[in-house]
Amino acid sequence: MASLIETNACDGLLPISVGRAEMAECTAERITSVAPFKGRTRALGTGLKALGLGWPAPGTSQTSKAGSILWTGADQAFLIGADPAGLGASAALTDQSDGWARMRLAGPDAEKVLARLVALDLRTAACPVGEVRRSGLNHMPMVLWRSGEDAFEIFVFRSMAATAVHEMAAAMRAVAARDRFD
Amino acid sequence: MRIAGKGILDRSRTVGFRFDGRDYTGFEGDTLASALLASDVRLMGRSFKYHRPRGVMTTGSEEPNALVTVGQGARQVPNVRATVQEIHAGLEARGQNAWPSLGFDVLELNEVFSPLLGAGFYYKTFMWPKAFWESLYEPLIRRAAGLGALSKQHNDEAYEKAWAFCDLLVIGSGPAGLMAALTAGRAGADVILAEEDHRMGGRLLMETHEVAGKPGADWAEEALQELASLPNVRLMTRTTVTGAYDGGTFGALERVGLHIANPPADLPRECFWRIVARRAVLASGAHERQIAFSNNDRPGIMTAGAARGYLNRWGVAPGHSITLLCNNDDAHRTARDFIAAGVNVEAVLDVRADAKAEGLPLRPGLRIVDTAGRKGLSAIIVADREGKISRIPTDCLAVSGGWNPALHLTCHMNGRPVWREDIAAFVARPGMVPGLAAAGAANGTFSTQGCLREGQEAAILALSELGMSEKAGAVPQAEDGAVNLRAYWEVPKPKHRAWLDFANDVTTKDVRLAAEENFASVEHMKRYTTQGMAPDQGKNSNIGALAILADATGRGIPETGTTTFRPPYVPVTIAAMGAGGQGAGFAPQRLTTTDKAARDRGAPMIEAGLWYRAAYFPRPGEATWREASDREVTMVRERVGVCDVSTLGKIDIQGRDAGRFLDLVYTNTFSTLKPGRVRYGLMLREDGMVMDDGTTACLAENHYLMTTTTAAAGQVMRHLDFVKQAHCPDWDVRAISVTENWAQFAVAGPLARELLNSLAQTPIDAGTFPFLSCGTLRLMGVEARLFRISFSGEIGYEVAVPARYGAALWRDLVSRAESLGGGAYGMEALNILRIEKGFLTHAEIHGRITAFDVGLQGMVSAKKDCIGKGASQRPGLTGPEREQLVGLKPVQPGALIGAGAHLFDQGAEPISANDKGYVTSACWSPTLQSHLALGFLKDGRARIGSSVRLVDHLRKTDTVCEVVSPVFFDPEGGRARG
Repeated sequence: MASLIETNACDGLLPISVGRAEMAECTAERITSVAPFKGRTRALGTGLKALGLGWPAPGTSQTSKAGSILWTGADQAFLIGADPAGLGASAALTDQSDGWARMRLAGPDAEKVLARLVALDLRTAACPVGEVRRSGLNHMPMVLWRSGEDAFEIFVFRSMAATAVHEMAAAMRAVAARDRFD
Repeated sequence: MRIAGKGILDRSRTVGFRFDGRDYTGFEGDTLASALLASDVRLMGRSFKYHRPRGVMTTGSEEPNALVTVGQGARQVPNVRATVQEIHAGLEARGQNAWPSLGFDVLELNEVFSPLLGAGFYYKTFMWPKAFWESLYEPLIRRAAGLGALSKQHNDEAYEKAWAFCDLLVIGSGPAGLMAALTAGRAGADVILAEEDHRMGGRLLMETHEVAGKPGADWAEEALQELASLPNVRLMTRTTVTGAYDGGTFGALERVGLHIANPPADLPRECFWRIVARRAVLASGAHERQIAFSNNDRPGIMTAGAARGYLNRWGVAPGHSITLLCNNDDAHRTARDFIAAGVNVEAVLDVRADAKAEGLPLRPGLRIVDTAGRKGLSAIIVADREGKISRIPTDCLAVSGGWNPALHLTCHMNGRPVWREDIAAFVARPGMVPGLAAAGAANGTFSTQGCLREGQEAAILALSELGMSEKAGAVPQAEDGAVNLRAYWEVPKPKHRAWLDFANDVTTKDVRLAAEENFASVEHMKRYTTQGMAPDQGKNSNIGALAILADATGRGIPETGTTTFRPPYVPVTIAAMGAGGQGAGFAPQRLTTTDKAARDRGAPMIEAGLWYRAAYFPRPGEATWREASDREVTMVRERVGVCDVSTLGKIDIQGRDAGRFLDLVYTNTFSTLKPGRVRYGLMLREDGMVMDDGTTACLAENHYLMTTTTAAAGQVMRHLDFVKQAHCPDWDVRAISVTENWAQFAVAGPLARELLNSLAQTPIDAGTFPFLSCGTLRLMGVEARLFRISFSGEIGYEVAVPARYGAALWRDLVSRAESLGGGAYGMEALNILRIEKGFLTHAEIHGRITAFDVGLQGMVSAKKDCIGKGASQRPGLTGPEREQLVGLKPVQPGALIGAGAHLFDQGAEPISANDKGYVTSACWSPTLQSHLALGFLKDGRARIGSSVRLVDHLRKTDTVCEVVSPVFFDPEGGRARG
């Protein structure tokens, strides 16, 4: 049978590596937005427990073997990797797998690169590993997930992938050029 | 002249550079000013108005005179202060505001007319005739006056913006700043130490003071080594903090690549920082003041602190024979330092009769009355108590009228400083900027010991407020002398002009004139004379000018007050503030999954919000956009067309109250919509005007998918969030955008179903999938969503697949459509198709339109309330006085109609008083072979069948049109239901 070919959000744009930072597109995973129905937060918690997860407090994430869940706003979280089938009765589930360009920025200069585009305090004391922020990547709406000491996952609208990569690359080059004069 | 054994720069590394077309050499660590002075170049600029020769006056960013242009072509930067620009190989600087050269400037002729050019002259003289001001006088004056010029070319260099965060921001790295940074850094606080110079240490680099028994510069070096070893301390040199803003946010300008020879293209020239600090210490030092006297602006006259600064830091004597004019003890150091360095000090004129200065050539009783030397100082003219005139030869006069604390940042939130009589200067009051404390000279404390102590105290206070404990050691021992100043602003009765604002050519006489003409408020005086409006923003002249104004108006200085200190503290290039925003960097680009395919086919893209959408898909032989879009329209009407409509907003709405929620936001009822069905809806703003329209599908019980227009997608999502949170927080409803998740294509035309069925695993038919139904469809293994809706008036479907399949499905749909005699269509054809059908876009629902105006008053349900319903029933929003949506068809079908044209009664003069309406959308209809338009006409629905005059003042057309129904084509709608 004929089939439709899949295209990644960052097709042809990534990976890039400049100086002490590199950026790659994350492996495609199922992303489901989860928003508890009225009065169903506890039931949702039970459902998430079966996945080894719980409802994330604002600005946080939880990770288990099944997947991760990231706070993304008031009464809203993104379930990543895991199958949400068991949560349908207690939360509005919406497929978001194709809506986001998901990139991983890593390296000793990662924080410096983001300081060019993100108006947030990302010192590890202010944004420890595992924490999540909703903010702007320059002018682009973003979910930012600190996945490691020197690693961040950046989610931007799929349609903005090219601009995001362009601006990240410019920031990476500027930081790398400075490194040579430090 | 470089003095052997003086200075703290490394003389083993010489650097060549060019100034005004000549080659010079200096040492690494030299500024352009210090290197030129070392080469005995005193003339560095021409003044703003009179083109007077000017030399360097300071060592810092406050420099009013030595403004040069650096770089060539598009990369040239005007008004660079020679005191800030570091020399480097390849540096090419030149004087400005002079023609043909700095040394021979014919515009010096302005001097001849100087009696005419005093303050307010332009206002009085060139106001008549009025029209001549902009066309003649101003351009002429601007050509003769001014500072450096812009290249007027696009600069391609990299600039940068960045953010930083800390517990304590220390602004300035003199003794107070270093001590504050050490205290907080040792306590473990995250510290940023920002210094505008390229080398940290502040005045410690320019004085011969000892700190803790060693030269001040050595102590500073040790302190810096300790700070550099602390991981929690960040040292930012070449970084000027330019503004204090809300929430502990500071703006700062960093010179990143301006000092580097052949910098790589990726290295930013400058970076504009936003630094967010929980606490801040302002240790920005102080600016030394001039004293006004006759011809006090010749090259060679500088501040006393600058004169000894050049000697002590750069090993440069700015003259061979130094004289000193001062009103305080601190300035005596200048004479002492030069004498110690073996430079002749000819005379010290101290305005205090009781001044004592052992070992200095103090000349009591002598008063300076004038100076001599055309392109550089050659002598000062003095008078004794009896008025006897004599001449003292000198090529450098060091002047000190006292010091003004650099308190600018403390005033950036509108706080007003207080006057301190003992130092004759304004100082900050605590708390003027929350969390910011001034320390050291910035706080009016001028001794080194006092600065060290206050720096430590400010850090301790900040630490305790942050709940951090400190282990402050003893403050190192340093000089603790008093300034002993006597306020002295001008030498009375100057024979010639006595300059206050060097950068803007403002004299004491100008200020007095302002007072005489009743511009007596300090703010009025400033605007009348332009004092304080030059690049130095009055740093060198504000206090002197207001002292003169106070004298002229008989008030005290504190009563006279200062003008307002506003950011930025130093000039900031627009390139730095707008970094990243050049060209396409202005806004993100949103690209659909079919973007590449469209561009590959040569489709021109048009912007819809941030989105880029194909305008049309040209085929070989089509010479104009009209040929292409006419073909595309006909294709849809007769065969089948495919259009990317992914940019329309899509919002997923779920919950037991979802239907009720839709009833609240839409004017019509949605709670009755059954799964598998779609309904058109209209949404109002709170004020009753139409906000948006679109369709909403019921995907399943309590599960809806709303579509919005492309333009209003963000606005509608925000509106839903607002309604949910503000009006019905208890309802069980959840809404989230899925615009980006789905690629969605319109398939329209008589062959639309045939096209879809060629891909579908299970074919659809008209009976089981009627107009306004929705469901799923399997396309080559992918579950698609299918909606039977039509924006073209033909049999229409919109098919949506997860975005990853968008590019592939588009390719397939377009090639199959082409084999059926159809193909892709773009925005132009989409627009024509919908005008033919009278469908709305935001050209019509532009924000001042009610449901009544567009003829949809019947859609506002009488059975329920909705957002905006009450407001839409206000008087004046319905009735014959409203402009109502109509169709317009020229009586001559070939006559052109342009959107934006206005409507008039036939026979009425086409002026705004007779305006009856306007055209919102217009097109050539290939289907109906006529120009068509939609527009709003007063009482339009009642006028259907009559004629109006349509005048397009912009395109110069005048057409008679028939008023018709807005639905031009297939008014019964049978084609879409087929």
